[in-house]
Amino acid sequence: MNGRLALRLAAIGYVLLLLALPVGLIVYRAFAGGVPAAWQAMTNPDALHALWLTALIALIAVPLNAAFGVLCSIVLVRHNIRGKAFLGALVDLPLGLSPVVVGLALVVVYGRYGWLGPWLADRGYAVIFAVPGMVLATILVTLPFVVRETVPVLHEIGTDQEQAAATLGASPLQIFMRITLPAIRSGVGYGVVLTTARALGEFGAVSVVSGNIIGETQTLTLYVQDRFQSFDSTGAYTASLELAVLALLILPLMSLLRKKERS
Amino acid sequence: MSALAPALPLPASAGRIGRRSMIRVTVMGYLSIAVLLPLAAIVWKSSGAGVAGLQQAVTSPETVSALELTTLASVAVALVNAVTGTLIAWVLVRDTFPGKALLNSVIDLPFALPTIVAGLTLLTLYGPLSPFGVDAAYTRWAVVLALLFVTLPFVVRAVQPVLHELDPEMEEAAAALGAGKSTTFRRVILPNILPAMLSGAVLGFARSMGEFGSIVLISGNIPYRTEVASVRIFGLIQSDDVVGAAAVSVVLLVISLLALLLVTGIERRTRRYER
Repeated sequence: MNGRLALRLAAIGYVLLLLALPVGLIVYRAFAGGVPAAWQAMTNPDALHALWLTALIALIAVPLNAAFGVLCSIVLVRHNIRGKAFLGALVDLPLGLSPVVVGLALVVVYGRYGWLGPWLADRGYAVIFAVPGMVLATILVTLPFVVRETVPVLHEIGTDQEQAAATLGASPLQIFMRITLPAIRSGVGYGVVLTTARALGEFGAVSVVSGNIIGETQTLTLYVQDRFQSFDSTGAYTASLELAVLALLILPLMSLLRKKERS
Repeated sequence: MSALAPALPLPASAGRIGRRSMIRVTVMGYLSIAVLLPLAAIVWKSSGAGVAGLQQAVTSPETVSALELTTLASVAVALVNAVTGTLIAWVLVRDTFPGKALLNSVIDLPFALPTIVAGLTLLTLYGPLSPFGVDAAYTRWAVVLALLFVTLPFVVRAVQPVLHELDPEMEEAAAALGAGKSTTFRRVILPNILPAMLSGAVLGFARSMGEFGSIVLISGNIPYRTEVASVRIFGLIQSDDVVGAAAVSVVLLVISLLALLLVTGIERRTRRYER
């Protein structure tokens, strides 16, 4: 029994020291200069713009990747095509990819001397050092999550119900909306939550393509780094606090959906 | 389980085929623009320097030092995670105590918390202003610490479901046959959870090889000492050496591809074994 207690304490201690304690400290540091100073740091226009831009990018990237994720899972599980393994590997690839490499890849395609950059620039579109590039970077980095969570569920539910619905005369759209989608809902939901978390917190890839123009292409994560390097500790920690609060809102959703998915 | 399409001879089959190929084209198109095109571009760019230039970019002392540090730290972190992750998974599955659900939920924090915030808090906690007087900032330990933070969930989340499914009767049988606790663990439990441990550890390794956000503040990015591969690539981009950056990127790309293949291989083997 003593061994079990020791194990328990070791596990809790490790998690506390590595995870929980740091987050508690953010709160303390954000308000170290007093509440008014923290409020001022949070409502300064650059901070507000960064928060807005972070939300905007997530609002574009998450729905796109959710729709793609569901479609891609259907192709991977239900379609009989050649090169499925390759397709699966391609989807998984961003998981193991350095975000900096992702950013660089976008620069090579859409940058000033890139493949499509000059052509787009002639038509007045800027991708790199602008919001579209940051959206693309976020899309690439968060691409695998919905697919990875949806594919096993699709495998699990099989095709019996869908076939039954088809023999009863349901159209493919009806089958998808009334049979398939409700069955894979929690898997997709978990994937979307993971996607959202990563989209809100993406730093490396966005950092390479954004150019970090204050009040223009600065997301909240970039703002944290910028404030920290300008020795504005209150600014850095209040922005961190906002991101940590978002993470803490996402966390219970993760647990809930993971439990649902398993049952 | 059949992965084939429901092969029903429906009257509207012509329309169905049209819809199916439309879905395929959409998926392929999206993937091509989002993943294939950028990756092809990076490989192409790295070849722009020719073989000699490529070799020079990858074997420059600063790059070699960064790659060495990143690989070494990632391997160390994968090994630590295999042990601590399994331990945590064990406690979460087999033990009961108040607050267990909370602990279980906190494990996902590194997936939810932005890496730059993680880096900032680690710096606050274990940096020059540490409340414990532990100053690891700007050392190689800081790199390991940051990697341990961001990769904590991988092994836990891989091992947990397997432990959950594991039939306690096997362990009871082993005990009844006279096996001690450590023998039971070594001969009965470990072989069962090993594939999950491995694939979790390898995923964590792949993540570590490319980690950037959590390291950038706490490591100080000192060349030859605490500069990791991602930071090195970032530096090369900043100094306008896109070809050099692309060359180092290809090295990382190959490593992560191999790691992912390994994980797929492990997962496929386990699935076959289960059948």
